[in-house]
Amino acid sequence: MSALAALIRRDIRIALRVGGGALIGVLFFLTVTVLMPFAVGPDLALLSRLGPAILWLGALLASLLTLDRLFTADHEDGSLDLIAMSRTPLELACAAKALAHWIAAGLPLIVATPVLGLLLNLDGTATLAVAATLLAGTPALTFTGMIGAALAVTLHRGGLLLAVLVLPLSIPVLIFGVAASQAAISGPLPFGTPFSILCALSLASLVIGPFAAAASLRHGLD
Amino acid sequence: MKLTETLTDLANPTRFLALTARILPWLAAATAILLAIGLYQSAVAPDDYQQGATVKIMFVHVPNAWLSMFVWSVMSVAALGTLVWRHPLADVAAKAAAPIGAAFTFLALVTGSLWGRPMWGTYWEWDARLTSVLILFLMYLGLIALWRAVEDPSRAARAAAVLTLVGAINIPIIKFSVDWWNTLHQPASVLRMGGSTLDKAFLWPLLVMAIAFSLLFITLHLAAMRNEILRRRVRSLQMMQASRVSFTTEAGAGPREAGASKEIGAA
Repeated sequence: MSALAALIRRDIRIALRVGGGALIGVLFFLTVTVLMPFAVGPDLALLSRLGPAILWLGALLASLLTLDRLFTADHEDGSLDLIAMSRTPLELACAAKALAHWIAAGLPLIVATPVLGLLLNLDGTATLAVAATLLAGTPALTFTGMIGAALAVTLHRGGLLLAVLVLPLSIPVLIFGVAASQAAISGPLPFGTPFSILCALSLASLVIGPFAAAASLRHGLD
Repeated sequence: MKLTETLTDLANPTRFLALTARILPWLAAATAILLAIGLYQSAVAPDDYQQGATVKIMFVHVPNAWLSMFVWSVMSVAALGTLVWRHPLADVAAKAAAPIGAAFTFLALVTGSLWGRPMWGTYWEWDARLTSVLILFLMYLGLIALWRAVEDPSRAARAAAVLTLVGAINIPIIKFSVDWWNTLHQPASVLRMGGSTLDKAFLWPLLVMAIAFSLLFITLHLAAMRNEILRRRVRSLQMMQASRVSFTTEAGAGPREAGASKEIGAA
């Protein structure tokens, strides 16, 4: 247990320090959101209608962008091999790494959401709904994305391959995340239904992600 | 017990090649005959009272759509074979099936789109079925991209096996989430509780076509597996040849002199 806590602390510390690049995700999120009004026009009514979708898409792309860092640095300096050889089960170590990655790269996105909501003319309820759905949904993005990150690191191929593999898997999260936000803003569905499914997706990915990532690391590292 | 013995027997690629060489002509002939019967039956099938002659697209569209999902199941079983039983042919089977599955999925999309134009008035609609098949197509392409991105076949095989299994878990989730998101496509009408709602005049040609397309898949799959095995043999022979060349250049004289002495020997 203490080994896992140490791993989480170490990963968060590395991510937040110089060269960690966790905060680049937030900057990317901000930039994508700022780009949207240039594409669809500065019509405030339209922007507030599209707002949840824009924020969700931005968060999805931002979390995809930082996923590359989940295993690459550890693989380059050899610490991933040490983690794989240690007595802690690799599945738990993967889960701990993904949790640390989510804290360092996912939480800042949610903290930034209210500010970006102002830019997109979202009112208080809408901003709160988007932030809540992101809080429930981004763990699913990180934990399913981890499978792609593990595959990419064992193949020594990152970047585009990772995106091609991970994006189709994140479609359900996107659907239910946006559906729950829209339900809270305009109805007619109750907020609870899509939101509980979103939570269920996160919980399921919490189970599947570490096992699949550990399997691909174990088969791929040599 | 018998099945596991047969599977272990087939682990030897030479035995597999010999067996498939005997089976393939028969399979190909059966496919051609059934396909001919099915096409004839669908050509003489009556027009639908509502859809007219366009209903005949169904006889091609539905088997393709079935196979698009069936091929992923075959690949998932093969992925288990790679990861759990380390069956040497499982990886060959999965790799050979992916492009065929992608082709069936693409044909299902194209025929569905051609059917949608007269029936729904549009080639493409962001409807649940269409979208989930499109995502299935994207996942096939991603898997093929994974195979093409890595040089080492065994490493690519294990990575692709993990991704195939994750996809097998995720495809039902995607399908169900997309269903919830938006739907226009008709619900299942052939395999459902309380019997088929399809008239017999349409059901028979459809079943024959489905069996013919499945046989077509098996034929193409076995042929593609043979090609893949032969391709790997060529690759390993080439690598042996390359290592022999580099060995002689390192051990003996330079390449030019070695070539010269060979020429002298030939003369």
